[in-house]
Amino acid sequence: MAQQYSPLQSSLLAHARWTWWEVLLWALALASPWLLSGHALIINEIAIVALFALSLDLILGYAGIVSLGHAAFFGMGAYAAALFAKFVMPDPLVGLLVGMGAAGFLGALCSATILRGTDLTRLMVTLGVGLILMELANKLDWLTGGADGLQGVVMGPLLGRFEFDLYGRVAAWYSLTVLLIVFVVARRFVNSPFGATLKAIRDNRLRAMAIGIPVNSHLVVVYTVAATGAGAAGALLAQTSGFASLDVFEFHRSADVMLILVVGGVGWLYGGVVGAIVFKLMQDVISSITPQYWTFWIGLFLVVLVLVGRERLIRPWTWFKKDRKVGPT
Amino acid sequence: MSATVLSAYGLVMYFGSIIATNKVTLDLHHGARHALIGPNGAGKTTLINLLTGVLQPSSGKIVLEGQDITTLAPHQRVHRGMVRTFQINQLFDALTPLETLAMVVSQQQGLGGKWWRAMGSSASVTERCEQLLEQFHLTAVMDQQTRVLAYGKRRLLEIAIALACKPRVLLLDEPMAGVPAGEREELLQTVAALPSDVSILLIEHDMDLVFSFAKQMTVMVNGTVLTEGDPEQIANDPRVKAVYLGYGADSTHNTQPSEGWHA
Repeated sequence: MAQQYSPLQSSLLAHARWTWWEVLLWALALASPWLLSGHALIINEIAIVALFALSLDLILGYAGIVSLGHAAFFGMGAYAAALFAKFVMPDPLVGLLVGMGAAGFLGALCSATILRGTDLTRLMVTLGVGLILMELANKLDWLTGGADGLQGVVMGPLLGRFEFDLYGRVAAWYSLTVLLIVFVVARRFVNSPFGATLKAIRDNRLRAMAIGIPVNSHLVVVYTVAATGAGAAGALLAQTSGFASLDVFEFHRSADVMLILVVGGVGWLYGGVVGAIVFKLMQDVISSITPQYWTFWIGLFLVVLVLVGRERLIRPWTWFKKDRKVGPT
Repeated sequence: MSATVLSAYGLVMYFGSIIATNKVTLDLHHGARHALIGPNGAGKTTLINLLTGVLQPSSGKIVLEGQDITTLAPHQRVHRGMVRTFQINQLFDALTPLETLAMVVSQQQGLGGKWWRAMGSSASVTERCEQLLEQFHLTAVMDQQTRVLAYGKRRLLEIAIALACKPRVLLLDEPMAGVPAGEREELLQTVAALPSDVSILLIEHDMDLVFSFAKQMTVMVNGTVLTEGDPEQIANDPRVKAVYLGYGADSTHNTQPSEGWHA
């Protein structure tokens, strides 16, 4: 089949094709709760944060929508899944779908707020929506438990068979599998003609309109999809920790996930995954060394990353080489 | 004279109390090579924005192939075949020419909403891309990011994007603007070789292109149509000469003395 493609077609399809290292990477990821059985809890956390970052990249990297309120959808997914488990039924998969549905619905509603305006207005609007939702969860304490959080969430076994264990291994597999499924769907999504129209809107909205792309409806769709993904991440957190608190709506979550994308790279689906691994591991390692000052080191790392540049930071052998050619940069 | 493809009737556009176009009426025939000229501030760009739907006229009517499109949104007009290029390149910097054209052709073929199949899996899309890349001399650079292309190539891509939309009417807004001498010839030839069944309205200050290209011309001054005719008539029209050579105060602006100062 491959030999029928013209050079032009294979060039177009290059991004959509899976490479061997991707398959290897995912195989390793899925084997990790077993290989590193003592670290299943942090693997679970990384998978959730990676999923959250992936969903933000859909709007930030592919559609050019900057958001400082993505935690609104994360929190919505978390609370919806936790409430569903507590009051309706404890099945995790149904709860996950409910969390995604609730977050997606909220995303569709909120998409009206990001259709107009520039980056700065979008930052403010998304930040505002996030704060409103946090305050709502705080005030509706008869439903959400307010500042104490929603306690007493007991999850049923996964697929009716696998109980969530204390070591978090089932949880890690569950989160990794959901991450993989969402990743595969997102990968097809961004490499499709629809994904290309999003990049066109990101690069030049005026021209996107002038070639017949219904810009607003495409933005509504991608915002809803990204919210659904964030809702899945939130639902996973609530289900695997058996708890939902106001923390899921906190501003630092929206900011952290943006940092993760800065670390891993924007507009590249693996950026969220790589960023999540680096960020979470650093947080884990540094906070075990200096529990009080770990944010200092993360901050320092970010400053260095931005000043030196990601490309050079991961190629240490280029650091001490003199620039032979004097380029425009 | 063949059938009229695009008609504008009495288009009036106010920005606040300033009148940008005043009862502009224009007919474009099938396969037209029609040039729209006029000094800066004559209202040419406003007219393009009205025709493509970026602006809504204060009054007047636009008819495309027998259908009133005055109230349609810009992207709906593109589906009806009204496509424009821009005076200042409006490209997709992070995409390659190939990706850009594949995206536009997919969109044009109604695949723009498809999100499961990979872009490029449709043979009709890739064939059309191949043909467009060839026609616009972009095959050699098809895999380079648009932001690094030479200016002349970017200008060609600008027009290729518009043609990929399968226009019935193509509005070319100063295609030669800013093109360096070495890259002019390629662009001139490409513009001259645009398909003959596409009706073209050309806005241009480059008189070489205008007079070699246009069969019909409209001259706009201060938001109104000054005159219309074939290139020879326009070239010999004393009023047009006056506008371009700046004797406006005696010959054309007698009735509107104050406006001469702003032209």
